[in-house]
Amino acid sequence: MSALNAKMRGLLEWVDARLPVSSFWNGHLAGYYAPKNFNFWYFFGSLALLVLVIQIGTGIVLTMHYKPDASLNASGVPVAFASVEYIMRDVPWGWLLRYMHSTGASAFFIVVYLHMFRGLIYGSHRNPRELIWVVGMVIFLLLMAEAFFGYLLPWGQMSFWGAQVIVNMFSAIPLIGPDLSLWLRGDFVVGDATLNRFFAFHVIALPLILLGLVAVHVIALHEVGSNNPDGIEIKKKKDEKGIPLDGIPFHPYYTVKDIVGVVVFAMVFAIVIFFWPEGGGYFLESNNFVPANPFQTPTHIAPVWYFTPYYSVLRSITYPLFGIEAKFWGIVGMGAATVIILFLPWLDRSPVKSIRYKGPIFKAAVAIFIVAFLTLGYLGMQPPTPVRIVIAQICALLYFAFFLFMPIYSRLDRCKAEPERVTR
Amino acid sequence: MKNLLCVLLLAPLLALASESDQHFEPAPDKSGDVAALQHGAKLFVNYCLNCHSASFMRYNRLRDLELSDQQIRDNLMFTAEKIGEPMTIAMRRNDAKQWFGVPPPDLTVIARARGSEAGSGADWLYAYMRGFYRDDTRPSGWNNTVFPNVGMAHVLWDLQGEQVMGEDRKLTLAVPGKMKPDEYAAAVADLVAYLQYMGEPAAPLRRFLGIFVLIFLAGFLVLAYALKREFWKDVH
Repeated sequence: MSALNAKMRGLLEWVDARLPVSSFWNGHLAGYYAPKNFNFWYFFGSLALLVLVIQIGTGIVLTMHYKPDASLNASGVPVAFASVEYIMRDVPWGWLLRYMHSTGASAFFIVVYLHMFRGLIYGSHRNPRELIWVVGMVIFLLLMAEAFFGYLLPWGQMSFWGAQVIVNMFSAIPLIGPDLSLWLRGDFVVGDATLNRFFAFHVIALPLILLGLVAVHVIALHEVGSNNPDGIEIKKKKDEKGIPLDGIPFHPYYTVKDIVGVVVFAMVFAIVIFFWPEGGGYFLESNNFVPANPFQTPTHIAPVWYFTPYYSVLRSITYPLFGIEAKFWGIVGMGAATVIILFLPWLDRSPVKSIRYKGPIFKAAVAIFIVAFLTLGYLGMQPPTPVRIVIAQICALLYFAFFLFMPIYSRLDRCKAEPERVTR
Repeated sequence: MKNLLCVLLLAPLLALASESDQHFEPAPDKSGDVAALQHGAKLFVNYCLNCHSASFMRYNRLRDLELSDQQIRDNLMFTAEKIGEPMTIAMRRNDAKQWFGVPPPDLTVIARARGSEAGSGADWLYAYMRGFYRDDTRPSGWNNTVFPNVGMAHVLWDLQGEQVMGEDRKLTLAVPGKMKPDEYAAAVADLVAYLQYMGEPAAPLRRFLGIFVLIFLAGFLVLAYALKREFWKDVH
């Protein structure tokens, strides 16, 4: 046995001399010290990575059977739509892979929104973690693009008209708009050219960039170390060996803890996949079981739930400005609503990081922000009425006010003193 | 102070309370009733599968309904040569478009497509198949309460009879059909159950497997949590 161990050690040394396997293992897992007081909110980072792996794994197999082809088959059904139903019926376990992938998209956004919210309340975006936050926000924006491109592929009515609405938005940009939207579509209407390029973006271009950025996100995190619910730096208090007093090695402590999180997530995920795959029409919309029909506009076009807060902001801007139509300002508003989150590290001027030690003003601001965000999300799914538009306008103002006034109110707030060491 | 804050935060929700819309009567759940599904399949191939295709559904998939290949061939297979072929139709789409205004849609996933806030796709179909009435202003002579100005004529008219719409917008049976009203409703429920099955044939397996997956994960959770506690004993 010991002879074998010696041989294995020899092999490892041989590899280490050529590839930094041991130093990678120690730098990122066994020798990476994370704060010992991570709570519930800290599961969502590793879960986001898990969902990414699920999406790539199921996506590879789905790509083997899916056909990005908008032409009609002998029964008058678009080939792309029929190939999804082929996966659901004739491909062994195809229904499971497809539901994992379609539910995975919604799960991705749930997990990522919670992950971002964690950063917001515990100040994980503050110095020295600004770049982690910025890279994370770019990941979030690209993830929205990835979801949007993927949503066209089943080639149902919602796929088609959703893409039509979003691509047409670009035509509202002055001067270059119409040509830009034509260039994006590759055709005068959403068609086979659009479907094929969206397929290319969805299966290779964006996943490639996303994977790279996720690596950057994790490398940047492991350079500065993780924040924690107390928002204090564990690296300030080290023992004589240079190990943070409040740190524990990521492996095995957080690997075994994250397994618990993974299993709980898997249970929720399984409940949806096996018993509720349509998610009440929010994960798979009824109208997307109707093949795309360019001649029949649905009465109500709503984006999937994870886009609806921003879609609501878009719809809430209803008046022209500087001689440019309202539609353009709606797009500007929607873009601003997503991009403004990126500047959070420089907007928060509070002396403390974590909400635990922040004062009543910040807590109230976060509470109002949550309500405004959820209300915008709900309204984005509903057909607009005059009352709903007014509510959306108020919520959009509150949404932007939360960010724009943060430099002022975060400084005015009466904060508590941070502790020296992390608390439980 | 906290209560006031809560009230303020919840206020927008009141304004959002959605106005109640039309709700369909829930279709009877016959998803586990093999005889009803077989009857529904028979109605489907006899009445629907002439103008409507079900092109994602293969005939031999009907084995799910406890039918043998021979039974399927003898009783249900009118539009195909081989048992593995899908339920397609001979009518040309361009002809259909001329005759009905729009080509009749493929019905394989219709039960999933018709879901809305007013009810499930099955509820919609259950109301639709019982909502035909005489209307001389329509080219087909028929109209429908849930699908106004529908292109389709009432294909099951000889079973249901002819309904007319009164001044109060209620339907009454003017000419009785071969079936009594409750028999017709039951037959439509069978057809709807079949359409629902056909929309997702994997659904019963999915629900069956889901239970075992969750039992497995629950056991895994106990072990994972015990492992975590064991490792974390020395963290203070």
